[in-house]
Amino acid sequence: MYAFDYQRPAGLDEALAALRAGEDVKVLAGGQTLLPTLKQRLAQPSALVDLAAIPELSRIEHGPYFLTIGAMARHAEVAASPMVAEAIPALAELAGLIGDPAVRNRGTIGGSIANNDPTADYPAACLALGATVVTSTRRIAAEDFFTGLFETALAEDEVILAVEFPVGARAAYRKFRNPASRYAMAGVFVAARDGEVRVAVTGAGQGGVFRWNDAEAALSADFSPAALDGLTLDPSDVMADLHGSAEYRAQLVKVMAKRAVAAIAS
Amino acid sequence: MNANSFDSSKVTPLGAPVRRKEDRRFITGKGRYTDDLARPGQTHAYFLRSPYAHARIRGIDTAAAAAMPGVVAILTGHDLAADGIRGLICGWMIHSKDGSPMKAGYHPALAKDKVRYVGDHVAVVIGETLNAAKDAAAAIAVDYEVLPAAADLGSAQAAGAAHIHDDAPRNTAFEWELGDKTATEAAFARAAHVTTIDLVNNRLAPNPMEPRAAIGEYDAGDESYTLWTTSQNPHVARLVLSAFVGLAPENKLRVIAPDVGGGFGSKIFIYAEETVCAWASKRVGRPVKWTCDRSEAFLCDAHGRDHITHGELALDGQGKIIGFRVKTTANMGAYLSTFASCVPTYLYATLLSGQYDIPAIYCEVDAVYTNTAPVDAYRGAGRPEATFLVERIVEKAAREIGQDSAEFRRRNFITSFPHQTPVILSYDIGGYAASLDKALELSDYANFPARKAEAARRGKLRGIGLSNYIEACGIAPSAAVGSLGAGVGLWESAEVRVNPTGNVEVLTGSHSHGQGHETTFAQLVSARLGIPIDHVTIVHGDTDKVQFGMGTYGSRSGAVGMSAISKALDKVEAKAKKIAAHILEASEGDIEFKDGHFTVSGTDRSLAFAAVALNAYVAHKFPTSEIEPGLKEGAFYDPVNFTFPAGCHICELEVDPETGTTEIIKWVAVDDFGAIINPMIVEGQVHGGIAQGVGQALLEGVRYDAEGQLLTGSYMDYTMPRAGDLPSFVVGMTETRCPSNPLGIKGCGEAGAIAAPPAVINALTDALGTEDIPMPATPATLWKIAQGQIARRAAE
Repeated sequence: MYAFDYQRPAGLDEALAALRAGEDVKVLAGGQTLLPTLKQRLAQPSALVDLAAIPELSRIEHGPYFLTIGAMARHAEVAASPMVAEAIPALAELAGLIGDPAVRNRGTIGGSIANNDPTADYPAACLALGATVVTSTRRIAAEDFFTGLFETALAEDEVILAVEFPVGARAAYRKFRNPASRYAMAGVFVAARDGEVRVAVTGAGQGGVFRWNDAEAALSADFSPAALDGLTLDPSDVMADLHGSAEYRAQLVKVMAKRAVAAIAS
Repeated sequence: MNANSFDSSKVTPLGAPVRRKEDRRFITGKGRYTDDLARPGQTHAYFLRSPYAHARIRGIDTAAAAAMPGVVAILTGHDLAADGIRGLICGWMIHSKDGSPMKAGYHPALAKDKVRYVGDHVAVVIGETLNAAKDAAAAIAVDYEVLPAAADLGSAQAAGAAHIHDDAPRNTAFEWELGDKTATEAAFARAAHVTTIDLVNNRLAPNPMEPRAAIGEYDAGDESYTLWTTSQNPHVARLVLSAFVGLAPENKLRVIAPDVGGGFGSKIFIYAEETVCAWASKRVGRPVKWTCDRSEAFLCDAHGRDHITHGELALDGQGKIIGFRVKTTANMGAYLSTFASCVPTYLYATLLSGQYDIPAIYCEVDAVYTNTAPVDAYRGAGRPEATFLVERIVEKAAREIGQDSAEFRRRNFITSFPHQTPVILSYDIGGYAASLDKALELSDYANFPARKAEAARRGKLRGIGLSNYIEACGIAPSAAVGSLGAGVGLWESAEVRVNPTGNVEVLTGSHSHGQGHETTFAQLVSARLGIPIDHVTIVHGDTDKVQFGMGTYGSRSGAVGMSAISKALDKVEAKAKKIAAHILEASEGDIEFKDGHFTVSGTDRSLAFAAVALNAYVAHKFPTSEIEPGLKEGAFYDPVNFTFPAGCHICELEVDPETGTTEIIKWVAVDDFGAIINPMIVEGQVHGGIAQGVGQALLEGVRYDAEGQLLTGSYMDYTMPRAGDLPSFVVGMTETRCPSNPLGIKGCGEAGAIAAPPAVINALTDALGTEDIPMPATPATLWKIAQGQIARRAAE
């Protein structure tokens, strides 16, 4: 690890000021990706601005139309929250499947989506549920937020405050884990609302999280696992590595999608 | 028996599941590992490693790096050579078929002219802090001439392959053979059926929980070194560093292996980093500390397995095995590690008879260099490779001739003992049918077809696989291993020191790094002397305390290490009887020792053990002209034979053809370990061994690319077994007491890792209906095979 300055502001304004104060200042949320990266000397920020002391960033609120999860809410808090379990049970289940207990006790939703790891779980939920990312300067639809592998629409000095999820969809998440890393090799979040079906896929796409349009169309016409039988995800858009070919990952996406649909249908 | 029912203030009988004494300190963070130690004034070493698998070093410019803040010294292979420090050695001589000695390429602790694998040691930076050392290492300019790499075992002997060591043509360290070629060919000539198989035994990274670490410290006052290190055999490390590497005379080198967190073989060897820390401490005049990080461990800890094998089994018309022919190519990596040469030879081919009466066996082994990390012993070492081959080909043969595979095995079992195999070993005792019968019963083998049909209705492919393994443990008779090329004898030592107040210290040459010796060894002493287990302390791992020892590997510490303790206890008892006789005014022949008391037989006159101990030191009541004062006895025990643990493991599993995922439904392990001192610890060894064996079969595999870059360099890509990958094990035991040592022990440390891989693959081949399933059988691999099978069946 290289040396860096560390700040732990108590308010958002102070945090934003710190972020603008120097070159290459980074936000520290849960640190579950950033700190290992620093330990391996793969990044050299001048300073870290830790958001952990800003209480309003950790709130979880359940309104009539939205579930709002503060950017610093830990995965374990989301997994255990009765509010989340009532509003969007599939989201609570997803949070409980991230990493391991140590990761869930430190990792945050804001950190996860800001990093936009192509194998992270939350981006699939954001896309499938039509979430809105609320930042220090604006509101960004999930559709526009995730722009590529480890890339988002966030500006350098922009901080995620919360993620707003519309409630009322029937939803399920099914994940096939990479045997080594336990990250998603294929994570499929299916959400159905008023005849509209969204299928968001993480872990498999060469460009990160994406919506599987053919599956959405098929399920909108017939919401059953069998509706996906004839579909094949084009392997040319799917990641391949030592853990599985593109064809295999495409198959896993289909199986996970069918299992998510079956879970909703039951 | 309930483990909680034992009280450490009581005498602990043999066979009782006594809780591990050492665990209190481990689970409360009070263990003391090498990295926990801090020596006054210590510096930190960081190794600059080769980023290339094969390159000539044209120059190393350290000037800019040496001027950086916090740098104490930067040392290279030239400095090492200037101090007369010689290369690392391989301590087991193997001769090729043509009689020529193995070609051991020079193995310097710091490379001088050439690097031969990614991670090879180029320079060491010694800094005030680790960060300072790392910063400076990044500023060292190495001028590499990158050479083509021979990273692939299958092609490393080919004519056009890159040449790794000048003195090893075709990258071949040796071409060795064992067995009777003519007799084996004759058996094949009259065979009614021949089964052939081609297997790859996948390369594994050992992954002990505690990575390697070392602190070297030089005392300029008495010109001596101390090396704290994560070693399974500190005395052997001292011997090698002294006699071969030339670091210091043995009497000027103390090696201490304190608490060590797992080894699995990988901490037997004498590596570059530990050697350099000790040597450099004199150069810089301060202690030098190094702790391996996990990435370095993947690169540089000796790996295990990595064989390519072709096997042929000859059967007569009645399904009796009459011959076995094997050709194996074994990967040695870039250098011959400390015991690398014995692993694919005498620890492998000698086990090719398995549990079966096979009249003729012939095995050829080529040991081949590649531009990869050195390969050496890893849990089981050669014996898992042998068992995987034997149990796969036996299973395939049974299926080919249409016999039930359990029945086929039973008809070919060795049933009378001692049994001389055609591959050196003489099995002293065993009861293979008993283990098989018990395992078949515990697994409800008879009703498997119904379970398979039920799984098929759920869309799952269910399979069952047997593995009747055998291993040679308790290594080993010194003269025997010497005749096979070992550089050292494989006896063990013990010293029992009885204190005046009657408690006891036992100094052992065995080393505990997870095996629970502090409990098992103390349990033996407690039971023998009739004193509470709390009154026994086990001392190990320090060459200044224990005079000499051979260390712990090859499941030898029960059979050999405890036998040495037992022999020393015999001497203690004999001397104590003499003293008791004087005090009790009886003749020595009338003294009986039982339940911690010396009694004049037929009377109620008796003395407790502690009273005799006190008298031994007070020395008032016996003639010291006849009996020396004190009560301390030592013993060296050299076994008369290897021991032969054996058993039957049965794995039942289901494959999900949609995802290729394997779920192990049931695991039955029936083992014959001979006499057992502590069944709880033995079961723990079985559990851990099975987990590592399942890891090899389903999950683990070290992979290099064609350029010799390590692709599986972290837990992001190297899959370790997790609790969730395993069922609760059904562990049963059968017992044939080992006649080759005084305690009847065979050893248990490696059995699970040896038995498990073929059990899993036999179950998978049964489930999927094809014999061709590689390890690790990952979900992606199995999905592809399952799709192929489904397509094939549809076409039929």
